[in-house]
Amino acid sequence: MNLEVCIGRLKLKNPVMTASGTFGYGEEYAEFVDLNRLGAVVVKGLSLMPKEGNPTPRIVETPSGMLNSIGLQNIGIERFIKEKVPFLKQFDTSVIVNFFGDSIDEYVAAAEKLDHVAGIDGLEMNISCPNKQAGWSIFGTDPLVTHKVVSAVRKKTELTLIVKLSPNVTDIALMAKVAEDAGADAVSVINTITGMAIDIRTRKPRLANIRGGLSGPAIKPIAVRMVYEVKQAVKIPVIGLGGIMNSDDAIEFIIAGATAVAVGTANFVNPKATMEILDGMTEYMKIHGIKDIGSLTGTVNVT
Amino acid sequence: MNRYFTSRVKENTSLNAYHNLITLSMPDGAGEAFPGQFYMIEVNRGNDPLLKRAFSLFRKTPDGFQLMFRIKGRGTTLLKEMKKDDALEVLGPLGNRYPVPSEEQVPLVIAGGIGIASVFPFLHEHRGRALVFYGVRSGDEIFVLDELKGMSRDVFISTDDGSMGTKGNIVDVLNNYLDSKSADIGKYVLYACGPYTMLKAVSKVAASKGITAYISMEESMACGLGACLGCVVKTKTGYKRVCKEGPIFNSEEIVW
Repeated sequence: MNLEVCIGRLKLKNPVMTASGTFGYGEEYAEFVDLNRLGAVVVKGLSLMPKEGNPTPRIVETPSGMLNSIGLQNIGIERFIKEKVPFLKQFDTSVIVNFFGDSIDEYVAAAEKLDHVAGIDGLEMNISCPNKQAGWSIFGTDPLVTHKVVSAVRKKTELTLIVKLSPNVTDIALMAKVAEDAGADAVSVINTITGMAIDIRTRKPRLANIRGGLSGPAIKPIAVRMVYEVKQAVKIPVIGLGGIMNSDDAIEFIIAGATAVAVGTANFVNPKATMEILDGMTEYMKIHGIKDIGSLTGTVNVT
Repeated sequence: MNRYFTSRVKENTSLNAYHNLITLSMPDGAGEAFPGQFYMIEVNRGNDPLLKRAFSLFRKTPDGFQLMFRIKGRGTTLLKEMKKDDALEVLGPLGNRYPVPSEEQVPLVIAGGIGIASVFPFLHEHRGRALVFYGVRSGDEIFVLDELKGMSRDVFISTDDGSMGTKGNIVDVLNNYLDSKSADIGKYVLYACGPYTMLKAVSKVAASKGITAYISMEESMACGLGACLGCVVKTKTGYKRVCKEGPIFNSEEIVW
């Protein structure tokens, strides 16, 4: 049975990855998850300088999901390289660093700093985080800007470059094509969907930052649809994510067109979710006589 | 040490219309919990509600542990409905613990409402040493009073409606007590768990008297493991995670 998949130049031992922002820097989950068994660890989004993040409340539960507005709190690239990479390096898994910037220059500078660091195997560009106060989702919602920022980063790094797409657009397939044309090796589909919740007694938003990103099972059908549409539009691999709670969900994304999957909010609910999903996928392959997980990608029968 | 396990409900007792005491089993190899630590508890099967709920350790039993909780929203309503032998997933113990007072120190323990659940194991651990200040809205919300009396040097009660103890705020009772002991104020150290406004008031009292207060903070929490960064509180040295650096903080650190 072959579980190996390729994302750009990266060969992942299996298609189960973690979604950025839901798995810390890996060490938070090492007690519950054998990191060696993961296809890849995608770490919490990093910026050039550390970021304090948003005021609280930062999270609120909604039906079958949650809204978050963490505000991209992170320790900054320098501290990450010094304090977290040595830990991650010990494991036989691919380490993918999610990063973002407030300007094209910052994206480029961040990518340059992360390039050629032993222990970092790939980069995931966050152009879609809906929590930024300056310029709401600018990079991920305007095709021209998306092209510009992805091309600028592409020129500065040899690492596998994944672009994480925002679902808060009219035509996500178009945005995926733009990222591909700009040199992306793969796209992650989808980031959280912008949402809002209000306390009807106080009439105040339930998040301090008013809006937040919706994740969890509530968004899964939207994510599956978007993976399906993106797969039709691009040749590069699609990483599917959005509300994957179990192996059935993961298989559904792969059939829709994903080469690999990322587990996000499920880690909060069950710290062993990634392991259970990997076991469940293997079991599915056994039962259905699938020898190579790659042969399942995009096999949805729409006739 | 296994911190993610399946528990069985051994007992789920109603204390009054909106408070319950649930006893859960603990498998061999589960980690030992210390006063002030908490557990994330699954309240249902399926995806709605999605997240586990955080509850302070109330009491260790020979083969399990107890949680005392206030029935407030959907999660706690579901937990209240759990029956004997129902299975639920448990993550914990999590977070830090109440610091151990030195031998010369006299702990003054302040609990607001269900906050009693968090300080109860501390009182148990330091039996006979502490004085308890326990404030609730009404007398029917005072629980385990006989045990509290047995574990501490004295128990002061206040209620908002005056139905038991002093009518008014428990922090005022604390403040008056400290005023009457100003000669040896240096031996007191405060331990508090309760609503945000109470903790803020305790923090103010501690600052004005120049004594230390350890307070148990609460914030909406998703993972309990320090990954989601949802449950932070603002401190003088930046945001800190209630689930990891907390829930117990020196009140001096907090930016209110």
